[in-house]
Amino acid sequence: MSAHAHGPAEALKALVRRQYFWGIVAIALLLLVNLVKDPGYLAVSIGSSGNLVGNVIDILRAAAPVILIAVGMCLVVATGGIDLSVGSVMVVAGAVSMEFLSGAPDTPGSGLAALGLVVVVSAALGAVNGVLVSVVGLQPFISTLVIMLAGRGLAKVITGGQNTAATNETFRWIANGYVLGLPVVFLLALLLAVAMGLLVRRSALGLMLEAIGMDPKAARLAGVNRRALLFTVYILGGVLAGFAGVFATASVMTVDVSRTGYQLELDAILAVVIGGTSLAGGKFNITGAVVGAILIATLDKTVVFLGVSSSATPAFKAVVIVVLCLLQSERVRRAFRQRRAAAARTPEREALAA
Amino acid sequence: MPESLPIVEMVGISIAFPGVKALDEVGLRLYPGEVHALMGENGAGKSTLIKALTGVYKIDEGEIRIAGEPRRLGGTADAQSAGISTVYQEVNLCANLTIGENVMLGHEVRGPAGINWRATNKAAAKTLAKLGLGHLNPKQSLAALPLALQQLVAISRSMVLQCKVLILDEPTSSLDANEVEQLFAVVRNLRDQGVAILFVSHFLDQVYAISDRLTVLRNGRFEGEYRTEELDRAQLIAKMIGRDLATLKSLDAKESRRVRGDEAPLYAAKGIGRKGAIDPVDVELHRGEVVGLAGLLGSGRTELARLIYGADRPDTGDVAVDGEKAEITTPAKALAKHIAFSSENRRDEGIVRDLSVRENLVLAVQARRGWARPLTRREQDAVVAKYMDALGVRPADPERPVRLLSGGNQQKVLLGRWLATEPDLLILDEPTRGIDVGAKAEIQEYVADLADEGLAVLFISSEIEEVVRQSDRIIVLKDHRKIAELEGGPGVSADSIVTVIAEDGLGDPNADAAVREEATT
Repeated sequence: MSAHAHGPAEALKALVRRQYFWGIVAIALLLLVNLVKDPGYLAVSIGSSGNLVGNVIDILRAAAPVILIAVGMCLVVATGGIDLSVGSVMVVAGAVSMEFLSGAPDTPGSGLAALGLVVVVSAALGAVNGVLVSVVGLQPFISTLVIMLAGRGLAKVITGGQNTAATNETFRWIANGYVLGLPVVFLLALLLAVAMGLLVRRSALGLMLEAIGMDPKAARLAGVNRRALLFTVYILGGVLAGFAGVFATASVMTVDVSRTGYQLELDAILAVVIGGTSLAGGKFNITGAVVGAILIATLDKTVVFLGVSSSATPAFKAVVIVVLCLLQSERVRRAFRQRRAAAARTPEREALAA
Repeated sequence: MPESLPIVEMVGISIAFPGVKALDEVGLRLYPGEVHALMGENGAGKSTLIKALTGVYKIDEGEIRIAGEPRRLGGTADAQSAGISTVYQEVNLCANLTIGENVMLGHEVRGPAGINWRATNKAAAKTLAKLGLGHLNPKQSLAALPLALQQLVAISRSMVLQCKVLILDEPTSSLDANEVEQLFAVVRNLRDQGVAILFVSHFLDQVYAISDRLTVLRNGRFEGEYRTEELDRAQLIAKMIGRDLATLKSLDAKESRRVRGDEAPLYAAKGIGRKGAIDPVDVELHRGEVVGLAGLLGSGRTELARLIYGADRPDTGDVAVDGEKAEITTPAKALAKHIAFSSENRRDEGIVRDLSVRENLVLAVQARRGWARPLTRREQDAVVAKYMDALGVRPADPERPVRLLSGGNQQKVLLGRWLATEPDLLILDEPTRGIDVGAKAEIQEYVADLADEGLAVLFISSEIEEVVRQSDRIIVLKDHRKIAELEGGPGVSADSIVTVIAEDGLGDPNADAAVREEATT
């Protein structure tokens, strides 16, 4: 990307060509709207303990879980699949950790043990998806729908139907702490996203996933092990969703079995699409998915800030996203260009006639 | 025969696709009550012509007259209302509906309270009975029927549409001998009712068994219209591949042959086969030797190649690579044994269109190493430089998406991908199809060089001359069987192979069917 760009002007041009550019524009616009309503919206102040405080920081914090599931979703989508189970994996992860911590001493050790447990459980759920998709050969939509439905049930079984609460300083720190003035959750999410980005782009994983997503038959004949790769990807998606579940529950140290992670799979899918990854599979863009996740968090906060009534919130979100998708669509852009060209031609013709 | 007027008359039909003229002034006449075979090699324009007749493609030039009246066919619905129905190779019915529903779909008998299912099923049963399928229960699910009967149901469906012209596109390719007979009985029955039937098949025997007249196409051009009984098989093949017999004879056979030592074969398969794809055959391939697979389209060339590569799993047979028993059931296993296979279907099974040239070149090597051990950029550049240069891929821009390259250059990239895996055995299925003459010659030369360097090459082409020119040994296939194995040399030419194919089974036309029947009982 930047290898081709010489100088800031070209770097900017390259950025404009990226599909997630419109995501960035949308974030800026939303912030601008908020700024108009309250000129102090973007102000970031230094809080009592030397941490940054402000609406933008809140947005970043809220974006953290979405970033994680969006990155996982991005990889799954690249293979031509979809993972509807991420929201439910989040609630299972939250339930497992809270249930474990509620009976464990408040030490960093038990915090880490809870995290380890979350990794194991969410990897197991991802593995079930992986087996259903790659070995059994079910459609990803159906396989992950099964886990989506079963997962929430499983969470209720784990907590006995309660909204379990627990105390653990380590967990609290993850959700509410600060490093270098920035929220730990956001830094962790960014770190994991960067790590995933490096993993797929520095190894050949990214190429293999794209090959599977673009042309499964050709990939098979080229000796690409589709089964193992799909399995890996669904496990990765599961583990990332597990971390997202920890992030989402640790801020209040309570798992709400019916609300935690509810419908977040849809946010993740939207983030991926906004980031310029086609749901048809193939080329994927992790940076784009991160931008998309931040946009969704911004959107959520904006809706609250503008006081849009909670019943109208989904509709408002839908409008913003539809407009964004239209802007990104090649067809709409072409139609615009043609209209502009036609408009430019008409006066010319009139001039000729005169 | 033309004692009546043709029901369909296509005159001077031309259709151009971007870059190619798919049909160039082609004509076709169908008379009521005849079975007319449409013949031609792959790419000759048969399916384009059919699609013009069924309204799928718009014709650029020419005229379609139906029952004497010029018609513009704007879509399949137009064609259907004009009485033209098509039954494709893949049955396009709804497997989850019943037989009766499939037959009557869109033409259900309606009563005051919506569809009258009893009457609908009765009408379906009547239609089925007309074709001698009275034993089928319209209420049975279609999915329960074998493929052959499904095909007959598809034909019954077109009868409900009051069709006057029935197009059968490769209807027999997945049927066994008995099922073909059953289909033919129905076809004859329809013919006697005055329906014009256009029959497309690659099985010569079947064409001769069923058709009254035939039209031959070649390279998008009209080659001729003949009465089937006036054209023998060898002449027909010559017309299809576009050399008359004299030229075929004069075409030089391969003069020199690589001398093969007596060392053990690199690849040896005993009785390798798969039901419905190819009958068990023995194949031995040696290092430094080009073996050609000759046969008409649908003879089992590709099927055999796919079995050797593990792209399809063989049902039977033992395979040894370098004398060691090997289980080759997936492409990945074949690649691990240094076997590479370049598919004939370059677009869907070869290149990955949206990846760059570089990514396409390294894909197979990378797949064999596994994703966790990536080729470094330098290693990739080495592979890219080596093969882009050796094969002359143009434009020489490795970052360009491969879909933007011409067919010939895509083929070179593909060849480079397989060579980069350093194969001992390279299977090339139609490596020169659909590419320009220059690229074709380059690839042919390269293949010869590879064999000189000690590779075993299995070469498949629908151009028999090309197989003859390239190969040291030729395995001849027909109707999914191996019918001969010829050592290349002055004695072997395209002509002699055509003769072998044409004469096989000619002595006793039913021998083939009898053998198969025996095998099943």
